[in-house]
Amino acid sequence: MDISSALFLLIGGFLCISGGVGILRFPDFYTRMHAVGVTETLATAMILIGLMLQNPDGLVVVKLMIILLMTLFISPTASHALASAAVHNNLMPELDKKEDNEKETSSNP
Amino acid sequence: MKDLFAVIMLSGIYGLLSASFFVAMDAVDVAFTEASVGAGISTLLMLVAITMTGRSENPTRHKPVLALAVVIVTGSLLIYGTLDMPYFGLAQDPVHLHVAPRYINDSMQEVGVPNIVTSVLASYRGFDTFGEVVVIFTAGMGVLALLSVAHRPKDTAEIDSINKSMHEEHLILRIVAKILIPFILLFALYVQFHGDFGPGGGFQAGVIFAAAIILYTMLFGMSTARRVINQTYIQLFAAIGVLLYGSVGVISLLNGKNFLDYSALSADPVAGQHLGILLIELGVGITVASVMVIIFFNFAGRKNDQQNNRE
Repeated sequence: MDISSALFLLIGGFLCISGGVGILRFPDFYTRMHAVGVTETLATAMILIGLMLQNPDGLVVVKLMIILLMTLFISPTASHALASAAVHNNLMPELDKKEDNEKETSSNP
Repeated sequence: MKDLFAVIMLSGIYGLLSASFFVAMDAVDVAFTEASVGAGISTLLMLVAITMTGRSENPTRHKPVLALAVVIVTGSLLIYGTLDMPYFGLAQDPVHLHVAPRYINDSMQEVGVPNIVTSVLASYRGFDTFGEVVVIFTAGMGVLALLSVAHRPKDTAEIDSINKSMHEEHLILRIVAKILIPFILLFALYVQFHGDFGPGGGFQAGVIFAAAIILYTMLFGMSTARRVINQTYIQLFAAIGVLLYGSVGVISLLNGKNFLDYSALSADPVAGQHLGILLIELGVGITVASVMVIIFFNFAGRKNDQQNNRE
């Protein structure tokens, strides 16, 4: 039980760190958000499952389950809201071609 | 920093960080309040404020050197003042010698509430908390007096257009919010009534409750929210909360005890304390929730009126 819990916690920690690397290394807003948005949800889920396995009976599991459900609802929605706000403000993704870069300058209303 | 949006976000992050160091120092109640008030609702209210004022700061005309000097002098005086204070966590601190042992040893017999913070806040220091509630109420009244806008006839056209576009614009946000809002309200009630046993209480519960209503308003528009939440009633509720708190004190006065001495409320002093704490926490929760909603509605309503005037 301890081993599987440790495994889940390690995966979660690794995903958190890779998301952090992603936010620093990726070139523009959308790819950065992709890095964080994808890893964050899974990482939180992994860490919470790992914590559940630490104490498999009792009220803690139920509370962690509720937190897990909330996270699964909220964090993709937050990413979606961020991305659609960026689209709404005409932020263009950075593309390879040079001529596309000129369009990227956002025109804030 | 000139970008006010970034400043507000930084202050929200600061609130969240201070909440985490309060947790690290075992002050869970304070951390809960800081997370809900400092990081949550005050960030939100300031965001609403900058939608009215514009996003960037005006260039300053005066030199900030004098202000910097004043800040440095005041700060160094304050730091000099802390030199006389006892070291952090020292067992011989005056604060650990007089009131704290009394609270820790006797509160279980006198008040009978497992969460000592609640018994200090609501019973031993009930008068201070009453003052805080009155301050919040006054803030709400101030916003009403300064910013309140005349009641417009209900904008049925706007409500219809929102209902029509319900599943076209902000589809995901609206549906997720619809799922989550009942749980947020339920959690607020849990925090409200669980304050005797764990971290929580009227202030946090009121803020969480208001946050759910504000979330609804942001996603479904002001006119829909105005139809759900009647402005007259919500102002009445803000006053009822303070009145409930104060009348508990007056009842204990009439029963021949001190103001806000809840043991007068029942034949059994401990049961009286329980009842008193429940009632005043309810008063705090009602006032905080209604005042937050009032402030948000008036800020956001003014913004709507500005837009209408411009068009």
